[in-house]
This record gives sequence, structure tokens and C-alpha cells, in this order.
Amino acid sequence: MTTPLLLAWGLRKQVGERLLWHEITVSLGPGERLALVGPAGCGKTLLLRQLARLDPLDGGQVLLRGLPPQGWSLPRYRAQVAYLAQRPPMFAGTVGQNLAEPWTYRCHQGHSPQPERLLAWLDQLGRGPSFLGQDTGRLSGGETQLLALLRLLQLDPVVLLLDEPSASLDGATTLKLEALLLHWLQDGERALILTSHDPAQVQRTCDRQLELGS
Amino acid sequence: MSGTGALPISDGSLALSALLIGSNLAISSLLRLGLGRPLLLASARMVVQLLLVGGVLEWLFRQQDPLPILGLGLVMACIAAVSAVQRTRHRFAGIYWHSLVSVLAASSLVTGLALVGIIRPQPWFAPQYLIPLLGMVLGNTLNGISLGLDRLMESLVSQRDQVELRLCLGASRWEACREPVADAIRVGMVPTINSMLVMGLVSLPGMMTGQILEGGAPAAAVRYQIVILFMIAAATALGLVAVVLLAYLRLTSRDHQLRLERLRQVP
Repeated sequence: MTTPLLLAWGLRKQVGERLLWHEITVSLGPGERLALVGPAGCGKTLLLRQLARLDPLDGGQVLLRGLPPQGWSLPRYRAQVAYLAQRPPMFAGTVGQNLAEPWTYRCHQGHSPQPERLLAWLDQLGRGPSFLGQDTGRLSGGETQLLALLRLLQLDPVVLLLDEPSASLDGATTLKLEALLLHWLQDGERALILTSHDPAQVQRTCDRQLELGS
Repeated sequence: MSGTGALPISDGSLALSALLIGSNLAISSLLRLGLGRPLLLASARMVVQLLLVGGVLEWLFRQQDPLPILGLGLVMACIAAVSAVQRTRHRFAGIYWHSLVSVLAASSLVTGLALVGIIRPQPWFAPQYLIPLLGMVLGNTLNGISLGLDRLMESLVSQRDQVELRLCLGASRWEACREPVADAIRVGMVPTINSMLVMGLVSLPGMMTGQILEGGAPAAAVRYQIVILFMIAAATALGLVAVVLLAYLRLTSRDHQLRLERLRQVP
């Protein structure tokens, strides 16, 4: 048996008196696509945040390739188990500056951006090179989401944690984004977890579901 | 510092000066500002506190032993540390200790160095030097700490998404928080830098005024003032950096997480 890319067990979340979920197990092998489903307020975002180790664990453990996050050092762990928030904030400046910012962090030293790959992704999403020079203050909600996804993808994560990745995209761009994700998944040992309010999207992109709040 | 001494103020003259506050009371009642009671309370507190301090200092200046003098210094530092925190809009467990450690370390280091290395009174703890110098250093350090601490907590709360975004992109907690931390230190230093810029042009500091009233040579008073301002700038910077870094460590974790649930807002 091969070690799963991401393995988590015994996860629980309590908000005040209320137990949102408990005894959650997640095991993701290469190429697997898991959808988190459940009614609004059931704690889907909180589960993604725990998997990204942004919030302390209330119980249980998370392993990436068999190692706890501390074994990777948390910054390197997060660069590999990459969480994309539902309304991702932007840094001030242009799209290009936003894409360049993470490369200044210590955990990415020794790696370098791959501009050709980035331009190919932009092309797939129907954006030309001029997109890079745009000021992020003038982007639409959809463009912001695309930029936020590329900002993560360029760092070569192993597991993507996407919180409503296409909430503000039109139908056509949503399909392009899904195609890009599925293509990215086949490009190495990778997996993804996403939440979506759209059952059709879950059908199209995921092969498994985890129901929360039941 | 040999002076002829300022003219003494008799009890009657002191009472006469209280009439000056009457103009404030008149304005308050004319415009119905409702400031009458607070003004009277503040004036009364000021008079009582100063007369008491005068008595304490008279006693203290006769002491030959450093312990009571350093004890008073410690009490002053505690009061400064507590008031620095009380002006902030958020709190976390341990914030008073952070403030006290920072205030105490910065002010004792700087005042100590100035006494032993620059002014060199005999003995080194001579209270007529130690107490006023420490008081001025504390008063200013307290402002810097208060501003810096407040700004750090405020910007971590308002820029939470940005900080967490950086963490998600692989930033360490320091890389993610460097901007708010630097900003807080900058804000805390502003009053000190501003006051040095206009020193002598807009404001004649109290100690210099006092020395001149005592009959001291203005040139000598100016030299003291320069030393004091450098002491204030150094102590403010040290205390500020210490308190901001301690708070940053408290509000993040070793697992490079932002722990804002440790903050609570002051009602």
C-alpha cells in the first residue's frame, strides 16, 4: 500500500458549545478529487483551514506524505497543501507583482518562477500577457479568483484546498478553470479538495464526496 | 548647576493662581459644556498629587541608601506600564507583563547608562538626578509603547486576511507580519521624532524652563535637554521594539498561525 498524499484522522471542530463535526477522516491519493458538501454554516471552510493548519487542531492529526506538518516546517507544508480562500485578498499593485510576491519568501528559495507555464495557463483561461500589467484594484471578482488560483498553482502545491473556487466566475470561465485544474492534476502526484454550492460542478470535477453536518 | 534659586511662591500666591482655573469654569458654564465638575476634579487631583509628590521627594532626597530610590523608580515604571496598556483598544492575557518588562528594561538601561556614563552624579543614584530623568524617560516611553501596541493589534485585526494569505503562500509568521510590525514601530516613534524636530522652536521643555528659573545658565540647561532627548529617543525605541515583538510572538504561534482569538476588544 502506498502512503496517501494527504492523510487526516480524528479531526473535530467545536465552535462555542456546538460540535460542528468530529471523527473526520480524509485520505487522498494521487489524482483524487474530494468534494466537501453540506448546508451553509456546516463548517466546510473551517475544515479546509484545519487541513491547511491555519487554525489549531482541536484533535486528531494531519500528515502530508506520511509526515506531520512540523516535519516539513509549517511554511513549506502550507506551500504544498495550498488553501485558496473563498474571497482571496490581493496585494496592492499589479497582477505581475502579486504573482512575484511569494517568491520572496524563504521557503521558496532555490525555486524559481516559470513564466512560460504561467503564460500558458493565462492563455487557457482566455487572458493575454497584458493581464500581468493590470492593477489588482481594477480586476473583476472573477479575475481576482483566477489570479488567486494562479498565484498558488505556480508554487507547485501537492494538494489544493479550494473554497468555492468559481463562486464569482461566469459559466464559460468556470469550465475553463475546471479543465485547467483537471489538467494540472494529471501533471504529477497531485490531489484536490473543493467546496462548491453547485452540485453540477461537484459532479464534473470530483470523484468522491464527504458530507459534513449530517 | 549652581543657581540663585527661583523666587518662592507663598501659600497666598498659590491660592491666587487657582483663580486662573476660574476662567475655564466661567467658559464652561456660559457655553454649558458640562466641564465644571471634571475640571474641578482634575484641578484638585493635580494639586493633591503634586503636593504629595513634593513631600515624598523631600523625604527621598535625604536618603543615603539606593533601595528606597530604586523602589520609587520601580513604582513609577509600574504606573507607566499600566497606563500604556490602558489606552489600547484590544487586550490579551499577559499584555500588562509585556508592557512592564519593556518599560522597565528600556528605561532602566537608558537611564542607568546616562547616569553612570554621561552625567555621573555622586553617588550614581543621587535622587535629584535619577528620579526626574527616569520620570521624563518613562513618560515618553509610555506614549510610544501605547501607540505602537495599539497599532499592532489594530492592524493585525484589520489585515488578518492579508496576513493569512501570506501564510497560505508559504510565508513564515515573521514574513507574514513584518509589515504590521514595522508599521507599529514607525507609528510609536512619530511623537518622539516630531518633538525633536520642533524642540526649542515651538516648545521649551519643562526641565529646561525649570533650570532657567532656578537661575541656571541657559546654555547649560540646553545641554541637559539634549542629553534627555537622546535618552527619551533611545528608551522609546527600545521599549517600543520590545513590546511590539512580544505582542507579535503572543498573537502568532510556533506553527506559524495567527492567533487572534487571544485578543479581546475593550468595551
